[in-house]
Amino acid sequence: MTQIPQQLKYTEDHEWVRAEADGSVVIGITDHAQHQLGELVYVELPDAGRTVTRGAAMAVVESTKAASDVYAPLAGVIVQGNPALADQPELVNTDPYGEGWLVRLRPGDAADLAALLDSAAYTQLLAAED
Amino acid sequence: MKREELIFEQSRPGRRAPTHAPATLAATDDLPSSVLRQEPPLLPEVSELQVVRHFTRLSQLNFSIDTHFYPLGSCTMKYNPRASNTLAMLPGFLARHPLEPDSHAQGVLESLFDLQELLKAVTGMSGVSLTPMAGAQGEFAGIAMIRAYHLARGDTERTQVIVPDAAHGTNPASATMCGCEAIEIPTGPDGDVDLDALRQVVGPKTAAIMLTNPSTLGVFERRISEIAEIVHAAGGLLYYDGANLNAILGRALPAGMGFDVVHINLHKTFSTPHGGGGPGSGVVAVNPRLEPFLPIPIVGKRDGSYVWLTEADRPQSIGRLSGFMGNTGILLRAYIYMRLLGTDGMRRVSGYATLNANYLCARLASAGFTIAYPRRRASHEFIISLKDVARDTGATAMDFAKALLDRGFHAPTTYFPLLVPECLLIEPTETEARQELDDFVQALTEIRDLAGRDVGELKRAPQTTPVRRLDDVRAARQLDLTWQGKPRTVN
Amino acid sequence: MPFIPHTDDDLAVMLQTIGVADIDTLFDEIPAALRISSLPGVPPGLSEAAVTRLMRKRAAQNTDSLCFLGAGAYEHHIPAAVWELAARGEFYSAYTPYQAEASQGTLQLIYEYQSMLAGLVDMDVSNASLYDGATAFAEACLMAVRASRSNSRRVLVARYLHPLWRKAAETLLKGQTVELVELPAVDGHTDPDALTKLDGQDFAAVCLPWPNFLGGLEPVDTLTDWAHSRNMLVIGVCNPVALGLLKPPGKWGARGADIACGEGQPLGIPLASGGPYFGFMACRQALVRQMPGRIVGQTLDIEGRRGFTLTLQAREQHIRRSKATSNICTNQGLMVTAATIHMSLLGSEGLRRVAAQCHANTRSLVGALTSLDGVELRFAPYFHEAVLKLPRPVAPLLAELAAAGILGGYDLGADFPELGQAVLVCATELRTAEDIAAYRHALAGALGMAAAA
Ligand SMILES: Cc1ncc(COP(=O)(O)O)c(C=O)c1O
Repeated sequence: MTQIPQQLKYTEDHEWVRAEADGSVVIGITDHAQHQLGELVYVELPDAGRTVTRGAAMAVVESTKAASDVYAPLAGVIVQGNPALADQPELVNTDPYGEGWLVRLRPGDAADLAALLDSAAYTQLLAAED
Repeated sequence: MKREELIFEQSRPGRRAPTHAPATLAATDDLPSSVLRQEPPLLPEVSELQVVRHFTRLSQLNFSIDTHFYPLGSCTMKYNPRASNTLAMLPGFLARHPLEPDSHAQGVLESLFDLQELLKAVTGMSGVSLTPMAGAQGEFAGIAMIRAYHLARGDTERTQVIVPDAAHGTNPASATMCGCEAIEIPTGPDGDVDLDALRQVVGPKTAAIMLTNPSTLGVFERRISEIAEIVHAAGGLLYYDGANLNAILGRALPAGMGFDVVHINLHKTFSTPHGGGGPGSGVVAVNPRLEPFLPIPIVGKRDGSYVWLTEADRPQSIGRLSGFMGNTGILLRAYIYMRLLGTDGMRRVSGYATLNANYLCARLASAGFTIAYPRRRASHEFIISLKDVARDTGATAMDFAKALLDRGFHAPTTYFPLLVPECLLIEPTETEARQELDDFVQALTEIRDLAGRDVGELKRAPQTTPVRRLDDVRAARQLDLTWQGKPRTVN
Repeated sequence: MPFIPHTDDDLAVMLQTIGVADIDTLFDEIPAALRISSLPGVPPGLSEAAVTRLMRKRAAQNTDSLCFLGAGAYEHHIPAAVWELAARGEFYSAYTPYQAEASQGTLQLIYEYQSMLAGLVDMDVSNASLYDGATAFAEACLMAVRASRSNSRRVLVARYLHPLWRKAAETLLKGQTVELVELPAVDGHTDPDALTKLDGQDFAAVCLPWPNFLGGLEPVDTLTDWAHSRNMLVIGVCNPVALGLLKPPGKWGARGADIACGEGQPLGIPLASGGPYFGFMACRQALVRQMPGRIVGQTLDIEGRRGFTLTLQAREQHIRRSKATSNICTNQGLMVTAATIHMSLLGSEGLRRVAAQCHANTRSLVGALTSLDGVELRFAPYFHEAVLKLPRPVAPLLAELAAAGILGGYDLGADFPELGQAVLVCATELRTAEDIAAYRHALAGALGMAAAA
């Protein structure tokens, strides 16, 4: 069974978003997405300070058979990419909602968060895809 | 099982193969030491016999057309006639410096001129350039010509190239190389292009549509004339990816279907070798509206002699694509093959390639395999989908591919085109005998039986190859791309 | 029927299995209006004997000469074993090694090639080949623009880089709006004292030919450090045989170049009217994901044994499609097979001797020709190729030499008018003292001098 933690927000492109106390958000890809991609061998992350628009390709996750863009769920400025992934891209497979996070971002407008899917909506989306 | 050490591991310091280099080291005392190499490059020190043995043994670790049935869809792995190689390697062809005067190369130029004419005949086009060095470079040339055509008409906004989702990866990649944007459109359930989707995307930004016909789904696009009308009416041009020309050789002409430019992979249809990855040739043929833009050089005829036409003769050309004139040796091989076939031979190529594919398809269908487009006539290739087998047994297309290797068959193309799940794209080619096809059906049937009986055993395949399944993830995560060991010292 | 094995009986059984009356029916999905019944422009087929006769005749219609022409393609000795082995059917008729377990021969060979080539240029990694030197140069420029930290789409290039490569690169770079900008030159090479002219401008990379088109030795150490201090990448465009003797790009300046590329033809590939040859490309490990083309890596199989496989494929067109690093698919694999065998036979000492002998022979040639009145060496030092000033217009002299069976060199006038009446000459290790004397004799004759001078 694929995990879909309740407290997170989701996108139709299988990213998750977690709001942090300091106003930033942490972004990763869902358990379903990592499973579809297979074992990751490389993650390309944006440089800190880059401004991204909503829906822009901001990172790339690569397995041996596929490479997928990860899109910015919110507009904002990149605070940091997950430095652990340079040596251990497999963290995205083993712990997609924890150690395997991709990017920390400072949203331009925190209200955009409300427009994302909640866990129930995302669960429904996956059911529909099958 | 056969293994072979790396050539570096067979090296011993001080051993040389001296017959191949000057007997002494000539003086270079006029050169300042700052420009000289301080440490010798890491090359092996081995005898000629060791070299011959090593590379002979390595060759024996390969599957090849010469040793195995190789039904790799979209790649046209047919017999590569020996005559093509022997004659293209005549010393009179090999000794030609690319910059020698045209008068010294009349035999080469005449052959290439004839080849240009033959390629016009098989495509129905009016102009040919032989210079693209592979299909992908032909695609680049084609889209660059289309861009140049639009720009020459002051039509500056046409930067979109439409490609069906079944297209080969080089099609969208070539569009990008030309500075265009690739727009993907879906395929309908019968394998033909979705015309409504096409109508929605064509417009004032359309530079071209790129199509393979028959497509990589192994079916002929029946509404091709309608597609041509839609795209032309919108001001765009039609690009024909000729990777599958083998299927229609002498049966239909790309020009007749409304295409403006075509590339031909001579290493497919005209049976030049694949060489373990290349070289190939991606010659382009065009109709009159694109002729001025053809890449140079082109062989022309002037006062009874053959000459290379270059910048001065072709001012609107998109330019050069290579240092000299492309893969001439491959062009000669294709020319020799075409002369051996002749007009009837060419029609037989498409006829028997299609016969073999339809026969194999019919036999696999009656053996219970799922044909991806069962209501369609197969072209020279067809797709089976193992989705049901995968669901029922857990055996994937990859498992089937590996198990085929154990049974002495190279695997068909797997997981391409991307839109058919668990697919095998099978192209037997015209040079295979019926017995070989029957044996292949038998092998696939056995493998499916094994999947039902003992999928674990199936997943252990291959077991008879020089190595078993390789760890791709390790290869990518712990990159080891060059030998780092020290030459082994004598012990 | 050439190459088709079917008997009448096979045909009958197969048509019956399919359920059609004849082969033509199999084409019934092609709309009738598009179908053709013959190819009028194609002559009838010939027997192998007849085609052999035809091609022998065509081969004989070409004219062999004594070759003093280099300019990017060089006549070297190719050991007999090279093409005997490379033309083996198991190499010749195999496809790209996508099914790794069935392609270990090709894969191991490419891994060995990558190791040799990376060692030769002193870089960390090499790809499995590009089409030729010109396209490798163009791809290196594109790669540098992707990899560079600068946003510039302009690449600096030495004036004396192969003029035809530069033209090809311009075709290939135009679509992606990458622009080549020329470095200032003096005395047959880049002028390091004039670099201040470029101050305040931003470039992604600088390309340095080694040796350059004129046989000149660029000030690579100075230029590499200059470029690095301005955050540009450095691309070394090298003759691989020359690297048997010359400093490899990995050792240029304080940090070494970042990318090396060039034409592989001198490594065992026949001249053959310009192709097939192969382009090579190597780079620093940090740039490997921006490199175009196939790459082979070593890994283990499920039993823990060493094996080889294509890797980093997510850069390539079959996975990344429109976002791939390049559109290249088919490369020049068989040429790499030959080059790997060639390098194995020569070894580093053999390659060094070939390079040194080419240089020594070119020096002898320069000495012999400049003993004629009015023939002068333009620039020194040079390596392997040299520029001579001639007392008369070059083109008619070269035509006269050609008529006498000598390819006398490359006329530089059109590409580099600042050089005046100048010809680029080259004598590889294959040219003997008699060959050189024959050239001198013919040139003296063409200049209307007594050969004995
Ligand atoms: C349908 C199709 N298009 C284009 C290509 C690209 O041709 P090449 O590999 O010669 O660049 C191929 C070959 O693999 C192909 O199968």
